[in-house]
Amino acid sequence: MTFSESEQAASLLSVRGLTKLFGDFAACSGIDLDIAPGEIHALLGENGAGKSTLVKMLFGVLQPSGGQIVWQGNPLTIGSPGEARQLGIGMVFQHFSLFEALTVAENIALSLDPKTPLAKIAEEAASLSKAYGLPLDPYAHVADLSVGERQRIEIVRALLQNPKLIILDEPTSVLTPQEADRLFETLFKLKSEGRSVLYISHRLEEVRRICDRATVLRHGKVTGACDPRQETPASLARMMVGTEVAAVHRDETVALGDVQLDVTDLTVKARSPFAVSLKNISMRVRAGEILAIAGIAGNGQSELFDALSGEYPVADDDRIKVRGKSVGRTGINGRRLLGASFVPEERHGHAAVPGMSLTDNLLLARSQPDRKAFLSGGLASIVRSGAIRLATKRICQQMDVRKSGENPLAGSLSGGNLQKFVVGRELDRQPSIMIVNQPTWGVDAGAASRIRQALIDLAKSGSAVVVISQDLDEIFEVATNIAVISEGKLSEPHPVGSLSLERIGLMMGGIHESHSIPDAMPSSPEATHAH
Amino acid sequence: MFEAILLTVITAATPLVIAALGELVTERAGVLNLGVEGMMIMGAVCAFAATQMTGSPYIGIVAGIVGGGLFSLLFGFLTLTLVANQVATGLALTILGLGISGQLGESFVGQPGIKLQPIVIPLLSDIPFFGRVLFAQDLTFYLSIALVIGINWFLFKSRRGLKLRAIGDNHGSAHALGINVIRTRYLAVLFGGACAGLAGAQLSLVYTPQWVENMSAGRGWIALALVVFASWRPWRVLAGGYLFGAVTIGQLHAQAFGIGIPSQVLSALPYVATIVVLIIISHNRRTTLINTPASLGKAFVPDR
Repeated sequence: MTFSESEQAASLLSVRGLTKLFGDFAACSGIDLDIAPGEIHALLGENGAGKSTLVKMLFGVLQPSGGQIVWQGNPLTIGSPGEARQLGIGMVFQHFSLFEALTVAENIALSLDPKTPLAKIAEEAASLSKAYGLPLDPYAHVADLSVGERQRIEIVRALLQNPKLIILDEPTSVLTPQEADRLFETLFKLKSEGRSVLYISHRLEEVRRICDRATVLRHGKVTGACDPRQETPASLARMMVGTEVAAVHRDETVALGDVQLDVTDLTVKARSPFAVSLKNISMRVRAGEILAIAGIAGNGQSELFDALSGEYPVADDDRIKVRGKSVGRTGINGRRLLGASFVPEERHGHAAVPGMSLTDNLLLARSQPDRKAFLSGGLASIVRSGAIRLATKRICQQMDVRKSGENPLAGSLSGGNLQKFVVGRELDRQPSIMIVNQPTWGVDAGAASRIRQALIDLAKSGSAVVVISQDLDEIFEVATNIAVISEGKLSEPHPVGSLSLERIGLMMGGIHESHSIPDAMPSSPEATHAH
Repeated sequence: MFEAILLTVITAATPLVIAALGELVTERAGVLNLGVEGMMIMGAVCAFAATQMTGSPYIGIVAGIVGGGLFSLLFGFLTLTLVANQVATGLALTILGLGISGQLGESFVGQPGIKLQPIVIPLLSDIPFFGRVLFAQDLTFYLSIALVIGINWFLFKSRRGLKLRAIGDNHGSAHALGINVIRTRYLAVLFGGACAGLAGAQLSLVYTPQWVENMSAGRGWIALALVVFASWRPWRVLAGGYLFGAVTIGQLHAQAFGIGIPSQVLSALPYVATIVVLIIISHNRRTTLINTPASLGKAFVPDR
């Protein structure tokens, strides 16, 4: 034992020499970590640094290969998430462990005391979520909710379990600054109640603002423990990535060219009761321009992306024009053939098939528009595997995709690396129009800066780029013009210099209070705190 | 006359409904067991043999349930513990079941069976017109209706049913929540096997009280199709089963009357009618999407 009795007694959770091996590969090796009662403890590290593996061991999802976990002074093994919950450990996963076919209330009920009636859970969840500024309709099916709304369920679910330690994996990546502020208030409240928070984030500013201590991981090992308030974002980033994070460079003097994407008065009815209708959306994106669309999760972003990409074509052909051609009724591949490229929000299962190799994923997206390059033999469509392998290699090199082996399954890549691959796959076509939904969601700082730089370079080379994002820092970093989407309506675009962060935040935030929750919902925040 | 037709419709529909309900629960847990036909025929032969040996068709019913259930455990062991491919294992189970049952039942061929007698419910069965049809039936009919109500309640009102649906939707997340995926799936497979066995017992004790090799005659496959077209809802299974039974009996009468339609076309009618109607019921894409178990047929291996 390398730690004293007093240290052990004072900590809520102590971890000594925790190791997890996958075959020969050590995802975590000799991790030491102490979390005191009533502290917000940051866990920092790039994607693939071992953070997810570590918290999965703490939550009983994975069993450690070596080392010890000490909970409130008692050495123990955490055999299952159920045991973890009984100890008083709650978890908000990064990749949501939600059931799409079930309602919000049913999802929450699954992790609570089975004796509580569903109606009571629904009521509690609605009022608790409202109290914490994360409004939710408990009877909505998860399949109809956006990523941001799904995350709210995860947070509310963990809070309902009344935990001593709550583990949050990238909780603010889909929240607006205002929503994040409210979450921080929640966290401070939890802290004042004597609960501890293990807070995983890539947002260094955030960690400096709310965390009492930070443990930094790199390549499965602890590389530093510090008080984040004594550090600068740059010094934290250095500990995390080992090298300075490349700042995104932008040339302000790019002249804008012809209109590439022209949307006029686009109105689309909601496809399901919980989806958002698009109302009279107009936008023009010119060559060399990056139009960033800001907005809170669930305000029509995914519906807008679906209409722009042709995933759900619109009835009136003339509403959407790609390089002068009306494409409203044209499907995805038809629009790709005209030079457009698309990166949807969900990496797993939407932008890429997790169970297929990188080369297969490349071929799936590009077999139609780049038929000549990847298929031969005319109608026989024989796959030219050599050419595809080369292209995959080129993309991985250009985007610095880190992977195990030559051609791994897409699902085996970490989130950031898969996103780099997906973006690179589309950039590799040199599209004249690129439409990206949430380009860097849940991606570490290094990968995010690479993706943003790639988008800026693409615009500089004369393409029109649309970035739909909830990350305002990202929007200010890349955008030429900014428009805000809210309740399915898109504002006029404003040049990036003419808007302050606060003003956009207010534009997005003014309406979201009443958005996803019916008026009839009971609202008694005090009642929920009592349980 | 009309009452007689209704009675035959009920007898034809009951085994389909029972077997389909069992498979519905199995599939809601995310397991695709294509061995319904095999489990059904095992139930039929076990029920017939036990009845012949003891003289009690009720012991036969229990034997059918146990026979189907035990046979399904073989499927469970192969697909859940050894993680074999569910489609291939299910097909093998059907072929194996047909073979074993033929072997087991060889000595019973041609023996007159003992029919399960109706249980007449006093008073209710005196209701004019419907009374005799609904309240003077054998045990399997009452069980089939109880199963529809019970399963519907279990799946959509009880917490265990919620867990079962959660496993069928996303077994990885269910595991992460601490739900025992493998154990629940074993129970779901066992329940499916027991129901298929009960359906088989109905065939050899009620429908045609005798043992004939291959007497399930493809009903297991129809039950499987019913589950899918009923978009995994118990009441729709009941409706689909009865529709199939009604058209089957109806076309037999039509053939007897000598309508000028080839008998092959008439024999195909129940299948066509059931598929068409159930497609119309399940046309709502969103409802279908929300009811389809997303991890159906996918193997689950905890951790890595």
